[in-house]
Amino acid sequence: MHELAVCQALIEQVERVARQNEARRVVSIVITVGPLSGVEPQLLEHAYPIAAAGTVAEHASLVVETVPVRVRCRSCGAETDVQPNRIVCGSCGDWQVDVTGGEEMLLRRVEIETDAAAVH
Amino acid sequence: MCRDCGCSLGPAATRAPLAAPTGVAGKVETIEVITAILGENDRVAAHNREHFDQYGVLAINLMSSPGSGKTALLEATIRALGGRLKVAVIEGDLATENDAERIRACGVPAVQISTGNACHLDATMVHDAVHDVPLAGLDILFIENVGNLVCPASFDLGQHRNVTLLSVPEGDDKPAKYPVMFRAADLSLVTKTDLLPFITEFSLERARASLRQVGFGGESIELTSRGGDGFDAWLAWLDREVAAQRERTRRGETARPQIQPEGATLHAAGHRPVR
Repeated sequence: MHELAVCQALIEQVERVARQNEARRVVSIVITVGPLSGVEPQLLEHAYPIAAAGTVAEHASLVVETVPVRVRCRSCGAETDVQPNRIVCGSCGDWQVDVTGGEEMLLRRVEIETDAAAVH
Repeated sequence: MCRDCGCSLGPAATRAPLAAPTGVAGKVETIEVITAILGENDRVAAHNREHFDQYGVLAINLMSSPGSGKTALLEATIRALGGRLKVAVIEGDLATENDAERIRACGVPAVQISTGNACHLDATMVHDAVHDVPLAGLDILFIENVGNLVCPASFDLGQHRNVTLLSVPEGDDKPAKYPVMFRAADLSLVTKTDLLPFITEFSLERARASLRQVGFGGESIELTSRGGDGFDAWLAWLDREVAAQRERTRRGETARPQIQPEGATLHAAGHRPVR
């Protein structure tokens, strides 16, 4: 259950973005998580409110975008989505593949609210 | 969190904000970021790697389930090396100094990290421990991660190589069950092979196939810490890696494990070329 540690790291990143943009609160956070990152989206969602409590992101909604494990075959060139424990070409079955997606653990987007007065 | 009663059921993403902030509505804007969530850990890990490279030390992260023989492997390795290579160990456990004491009993410096309830080591814990490790003159720093096949795989510590252990009593399908961990290995060790005659359910063939299916592309050695051909192959691997690290140090280069946790690649290790 390292998802809490991941959420705490996420909140630190979000706080930095909020500070740099003079946000008074964070409205939503969008992250991308792939199966090969080793974190479980649902556990992240459960851990998030604990990590966010008392921060500028306390009331923000967390949107977790999941992506599949994707491989490109070195043998037949096909790009296919595969299971994390079956990293072989989905087309020809060759195990010599390059992983092109599914390792992501990225902060994508932060929606913030700033003081209306500060805009003008 | 459930939007009705606040229980932990249901996706958090769908819940309404718990309380609307008071005052005048502000302006809402969207900031595109695209940064590694563990970016701060990756930064500290890169810094650790610089420490290791500065002294030409090869850092190896050992990962496995609890009880697969990480400490026994280290004890046997230290004895077999007989001081030929200078070794130090950072031990990660939730509690006790037991493992560090076992290593010290072999005449090698060991620093114990007690993680409390944390299920993994992170770069900052290792950084704090590294200051108690005499890096000068060292050849190999082993970092024995917390016994856990899940969490340690997500955190870069600054190591050059990942080694995973799979012991015979655990079963030959462990890689299929924990793909992220076994895929992250540069070297996979099947340990406790002296138990193969007793645990006939374990097939080395199936273990190799299971490793291949999770995309593991490294070298695999089957051994028992009691000695033998496999153990000699492990010592030979260490010799090759130490030589490679010396060569990289000479050229001002560094190395990272073959498979990096996401983001580590976004935070290149300083200015040094990576091989």
